Amino acid sequence: MSEKTVIETHGLTKNYDGVTVVNNLNLRVARNEIFGLLGPNGAGKTTTILMLMGLTEPASGAAQVCGFDPTREPLKVKRLVGYMPERVGFYENLTPRENLKFIARLNNIDESESTSMIEQLLEAVGLSEAADLAAGKFSRGMKQRLGIADALIKKPEVVILDEPTAGLDPVGINQIIDLIAGLPKMGTTVIMSSHRLHEVQKVCHSIGILSRGKTVVQGSLDQLGRQAFANGRYRIEVETTQPTPQLINIIEEISGVTKVETKGGLLSISSDSDLRAEISKAVVQGNFPLIEMRIQEFSLDDIYMKYFHED
Amino acid sequence: MITILQKELADYFSSIRFIVLFILVLLASAAGLYASFQGIRTANLPEGFVFLGLFTTSGEAIPSLINLITLLVPIIGIALGFDAINSERSGGTLSRILSQPVYRDDVINGKFLAGIITLSLMMAATILIVFGYGIRLIGVTPTSEEALRLFFYFIFTVIYGAFWMGLAMLFSVIFRRIAYSLVTSIGVWLFLSIFILLIAPAIANNLAPIAEGATTAELIRNVGLEQTIMRFSPNTLFSEATNALLLPALGENPLIIAISPAAAFLLPNPLSLDQSLLFIWPQLTAMIALSVICFATSYMVFMRQEIRAT
Repeated sequence: MSEKTVIETHGLTKNYDGVTVVNNLNLRVARNEIFGLLGPNGAGKTTTILMLMGLTEPASGAAQVCGFDPTREPLKVKRLVGYMPERVGFYENLTPRENLKFIARLNNIDESESTSMIEQLLEAVGLSEAADLAAGKFSRGMKQRLGIADALIKKPEVVILDEPTAGLDPVGINQIIDLIAGLPKMGTTVIMSSHRLHEVQKVCHSIGILSRGKTVVQGSLDQLGRQAFANGRYRIEVETTQPTPQLINIIEEISGVTKVETKGGLLSISSDSDLRAEISKAVVQGNFPLIEMRIQEFSLDDIYMKYFHED
Repeated sequence: MITILQKELADYFSSIRFIVLFILVLLASAAGLYASFQGIRTANLPEGFVFLGLFTTSGEAIPSLINLITLLVPIIGIALGFDAINSERSGGTLSRILSQPVYRDDVINGKFLAGIITLSLMMAATILIVFGYGIRLIGVTPTSEEALRLFFYFIFTVIYGAFWMGLAMLFSVIFRRIAYSLVTSIGVWLFLSIFILLIAPAIANNLAPIAEGATTAELIRNVGLEQTIMRFSPNTLFSEATNALLLPALGENPLIIAISPAAAFLLPNPLSLDQSLLFIWPQLTAMIALSVICFATSYMVFMRQEIRAT
């Protein structure tokens, strides 16, 4: 495992009652990146996370987390990795502060250090005002925020968040996403599973899509886009009155253009990047009338849908 | 583990459950005291064991203190253990705790230990309250042997309570729902404490019938069989141990009379402390073994259990 890799799995497999939930999974997460784990319900995301935390044992294969095998040395992994489970819960008779304090004690964090740490984290997740309410009175979204503070209290090298934005209001989502986006700068690698592709796209440096316990694709958004849409991630539509082969030729010669299709007066151009400037220039310089130009960028939604549409 | 133990103790002491149980314990000791107040003058207590009479004498309509405690200890044990693990699971805190750098056994050990400490405190409080008020009430101070016997009695109640707590905890590991573990625990308690009293004589009469004009051997066989069946219940073991410990006079001890009705007239009367202990040694070992089995099973099941967030 290289310096840059914090999590690596080789042929990770897990069965529940004869059903293979995670099947020969290979993942690699680099240090200080945000890794998004995507996939439909039942794809094996949570099971994968549990195996990475050493909370459940793989049937075969192995994982390396921060240089340790979570099955053999779970305590070393748990010391370095913060985890927020999917439906996080707290002791309802204790306040958020007391709940966090208990976790800090379990991690042998000194009393004075944990006190200031707790205040900082409660502030960061926007719970300072509710810090003395019993956690039993918390809404789902508030618990979710507290869960993130809880995962960060041990200053982890890696934090694994299972659905961190589920149940949050739009403002809360932005707050939490901003918080997550800032973590790599503080030296924390983030793995988050989510169904909100829009947020994943916004913050994740690299993405792994799981389906039926297997990795379908893994890589950065660009790489994913290229794999999913062999012709490039952008589609630019140009409307003209003269869609002649000559014009198509000119456009095809622009570097970055991967494919040009015609539909009546509409040219549909696939490319790797936003080539609107180059295309419009070429059209006008070739003395062709340019009526309208539209760009359509493929989002993670399209990529995701493409994989699961074919299924 | 210390951190978990501290938290569990703090939880127990601040819970409504603890307050309710404590009130129950106080009421029981008050009732027991009142019972002995009514009955102690007429009770035929052996020389030197008057103070123990506070615990063993029943009143006109009120059972004796030891009977009340025999009834109460399983309830306390069950109340302390029935939701130990599954409440954490359904509250979503179990996976969070287990993702901290703690051994999984620390969680269940900490909970069990906190339960034992709470139970010990309650039982010690009950016995000491009766102890103190008893001195005021009857004006007799306990002899050192009586104090020692009461101390052993205290230890037995804790072991007995630990069995019920271990059993309830086992159900809390096995069943995901709190209601299931509570109902099952109470069901087992009802069966072992009450139903077995009805079933045992019936089975004994079937297997070793006593016809009219039966011989002594047949009678003894019938009673012996009934007792063997009853001894499957830790409730019986505990009452036998209690009786032998706090009713040292053989003539009064139902256990000894059952074994040999003539014993009361043959053996030195009452038994010394070490002889009493020797006498109930099997009961004691069985109770300890049962508690250990319950705890060890829940421990093993818990260690192997899958931890899923949902």
